[in-house]
Amino acid sequence: MANTFELITSTTVGAGGASSIDFTSIASTYTDLLIKLSTRQTGSAVGYQFGIRFNGSSSGYSRILLYGDGVAANAGSGSAETFARIAFTQSSTYTANTFNNVELYIPNYAGSAYKSFSTDGVSEGNATQIYSAGIYAGLWSNTAAITSISISEYSGSGTNFAQYSTAYLYGVKNA
Amino acid sequence: MPNPRRIEINCETGVESIIELTDAEVAELAYQAELAAEKKAEEDARAEADATAKAALLVKLGITADEAKLLLA
Repeated sequence: MANTFELITSTTVGAGGASSIDFTSIASTYTDLLIKLSTRQTGSAVGYQFGIRFNGSSSGYSRILLYGDGVAANAGSGSAETFARIAFTQSSTYTANTFNNVELYIPNYAGSAYKSFSTDGVSEGNATQIYSAGIYAGLWSNTAAITSISISEYSGSGTNFAQYSTAYLYGVKNA
Repeated sequence: MPNPRRIEINCETGVESIIELTDAEVAELAYQAELAAEKKAEEDARAEADATAKAALLVKLGITADEAKLLLA
């Protein structure tokens, strides 16, 4: 059980926005990693998700998820994907001036086994079918230690992280 | 018009850089956008087909969604 959380680094998106937030040169001195996101996108599309890549890799990601979209409870899955999808993003269509909350936990990120991860995320949107909450379990089928993490919206171009979005990276030790 | 920018934080040094995407990276993003849109369209179509099939089945059975839930509880 984790008993120490150490802030490795954090960032706040400036006025120009950012297409991605990239953490590089992550030391292997921790047991697990935790990322906390509070973000909003500049684009208006609804139903897209964050896409993250470990070490710049574009293969080997799979996921299973449960989510609520304001209409019904749903489930989904994906395999052999080019990004790890971890939560629904919050676009400009959602409630104005609000940001989503997402936690991504990556245990044993520096080990030699495949890398599992779990996330939970919520968004604020007072409308029908607005994808407001989800939990994910995912796997990166790669044995390399994770040394970099890139976070963007899976929809690719046309949307940026809006100003005041934040990302915090914590290192976790259990001893 | 300048290309979009990304934020890169070197966790070893703590240095944060704002880096403009190269034209190749912008092209890659556009390609990924195309793939994402295709995949989302497939997923949306599948969800709609499932919902339609479910509604048709309820009509065939002559029960409501709530009654179906009751049966499965």
